[in-house]
Amino acid sequence: MKRRAAMAFLCGAALACGPARAQTDGDPFASMQWPDLKREFFASGSVVFDARVQVQGPAFAEDPMNVPISVSADGLKDIDSITVIVDRNPIRKVLEYFPLASLPRVGFRFKLEQASPVRAAVRTRDGVWHVGGTWVDSAGGGCTAAGETRRDGSWARTLGEVDGRVFPHSVAPGSTEGSSRLRLRVMHPMDTGLVGGIPAFYVNRLSLRDAAGRELMRLNAFEPISENPVFSFDFAGAPKGRLQLVGTDNNGNRISGAIE
Amino acid sequence: MRRLGSSACVRLFGWGLLLVVLCAKPAPALAQTADPNTLDYHLRARELASGVYVVEGASADFSAANGCNIINTGFIVTGGGVVVINTGPSRRYGEQLRALIARTTNEPISKVVHLNLHPDYFLGNQAFADVPRLATPRTRAGMQREAKGYEDNLYRLCGDWMKGTEYLLPSADAVPGTERIGSHEIETVELRGHTDSDLVLVDRTRGVVFAGGLVFSRRIPTTPHAQLPAWRESLQRIETWPYAAFVPSHGVVGGDRAALALTDRYLAWVDDAFRRAADRGMDMNEVLRMPVPAEFRAWAAFDTEYVRNVANLYPRYEQRALTTRP
Repeated sequence: MKRRAAMAFLCGAALACGPARAQTDGDPFASMQWPDLKREFFASGSVVFDARVQVQGPAFAEDPMNVPISVSADGLKDIDSITVIVDRNPIRKVLEYFPLASLPRVGFRFKLEQASPVRAAVRTRDGVWHVGGTWVDSAGGGCTAAGETRRDGSWARTLGEVDGRVFPHSVAPGSTEGSSRLRLRVMHPMDTGLVGGIPAFYVNRLSLRDAAGRELMRLNAFEPISENPVFSFDFAGAPKGRLQLVGTDNNGNRISGAIE
Repeated sequence: MRRLGSSACVRLFGWGLLLVVLCAKPAPALAQTADPNTLDYHLRARELASGVYVVEGASADFSAANGCNIINTGFIVTGGGVVVINTGPSRRYGEQLRALIARTTNEPISKVVHLNLHPDYFLGNQAFADVPRLATPRTRAGMQREAKGYEDNLYRLCGDWMKGTEYLLPSADAVPGTERIGSHEIETVELRGHTDSDLVLVDRTRGVVFAGGLVFSRRIPTTPHAQLPAWRESLQRIETWPYAAFVPSHGVVGGDRAALALTDRYLAWVDDAFRRAADRGMDMNEVLRMPVPAEFRAWAAFDTEYVRNVANLYPRYEQRALTTRP
C-alpha cells in the first residue's frame, strides 16, 4: 500500500518534469502546489501573473527564521489587498495587507521551512488577483524551531511593546519627493504551533491611525511572520501628527503604541 | 586607522618583490587542494619560522569541493612537545593533521589550543582525544551550546568528508598568560569581538602571531557571534604588537600584518554603511542590494558571506534606529 502510494507520487513527479508549466496551470515557478493554492486562496476571482507585482527576497535564506521580503505593486491601481503566500510552508499564508491610505508596498521578515516560491497576490477592486513572486532557496528548518526569546524565556518581559519611526523620504525605487516610510517593530514570540509543546501564539491584527483618527492601513498577520516582527510601510506623503498602532494577538492580548 | 594603513604599506614595500607576488595572486599555489574522491585534504605544512608551521585551507566558503577545509591551522615544534593550534572541520582532517605533524617531527604532542568556538576550530578533535585540549571557559561553554548544530550543518554542507565525525569538546581551561614550552616562549591573550572569546596565540620566541578569527585576509569575515566595536578594539590592540608575522584563521596567509588593517577597514565600512542605512529606514532587502566597495567585492566568499553579514548584523542597527529619536 505504502509502496503503491510512492509509485503514484513518482509518476506524478515524472509527468510534471515534462510540460511542467502546463501541469501547474501556467505557473512561472512550475510549482506542484500552485493549482491547489489557487483553489484555496484565490477562488473568489480570476488570477493573472503580473510583472507589476514585484517580490524581492534573498536568493538563499541564510537565516530561515528571518527571511526578508519586500513587495511592491506600484503600477497597479484600485488595490484592495495584498496577500503573501508561501507554497511549501506548512502554514502557507503569511500576511494580508490593506493599504488604505498607504502605497501598495510592504516589507517584512518571515520563517521559511524549505526552499519555495514566495508569492504576493494583489487583489484589485475588479476582483482580479495579480500574482508575482520570487524563489527563495533554503537549507530548511525555519518554522519548526523555537525563536530566541522563547528559548531563553525573555519574550514575556517585552510582549506587545511597539517601537516605530517615520523616515522622511522612502528609499524605495520610484519614490517621489515628500514620500515617507514607517518602520515598526512589535515584540512578540510569533510561535507557529509547530514546535513541540508550544501552541500557536502570534500577532494577528494591526491597524494604524493618524492623529485625526483616520485609518491609514490594516494588516492581518499569520504564524509564519518572524519573531519580534519588523514591518516597513510606504506613504506618498508624510502621515500627520502622532500615529497610533493598535492590534491583537490570537490569545486576545492587546497591542497599542504611539509613534511620534 | 589611517596611520595603521600607511604603516602596513611601508612594511609591504619593505618586503619587496615576494609580497608583491603574494598579493597579486590571492590563491597561492602553496595551498593544498582537497580530493573528494579519496577524501584526502592533501594537507601541507609551511614553515613560517623555525619550528612554526601553518597548514593552509582554501580561501573560500565551506563546500564539498574543498572538503570544508577553509581554515589555516598550525603547530609549533618547541623542543618540549608540539603545540597544535585548532583541529579543523572533521575527524578526517584531525587525523590527517596529526599524520602530517608525525611526518614533520618525532616530538610528541603536548597540547591542542582552540582559538574560538567555531566548528572548524575543534571538529577534528577525535584525532587528539589522548592529549590536553584547551579553550577559554567562554569558548568551552559556547562549543557545548553549539556543537550539535555545527555537526549537523557541516554534515549537510560537506557530505562524505564528515563521515565518523562526532564532536569532542576541550578537556581543560586555557589560562591566558606566558609560558615556556621547550625552547619557545608562548603567550596566549584573550580578546573578543569576532566571538565572545577570541584567543590569540603568540610565539614570542619566533615572533609569529596566530590571530585566530580576529583577522581575515582578503576573505569576507564571518559574523554569527560578532560585536564590531569590540572586534575593532581588539585589532587596534594587536596592531601595536611588535611582531612581524600574523596568521589569520581564514584567507590567504601573507605572513605579514597587512591583513590586520584590511580586516579593520572592512569592519569600519560595515559599521558605517549599516548605520546610515538604518537611519534612512532601509529594509534588509535594500541593504542586500546596496553597493559595496569593489575592494571588498573582490574578497573570497563575498557572494555568500556578505549576505550572512547582513542577516547577522543589520537587525541590531535597525533596532537602534527604531528605538532612538532622530
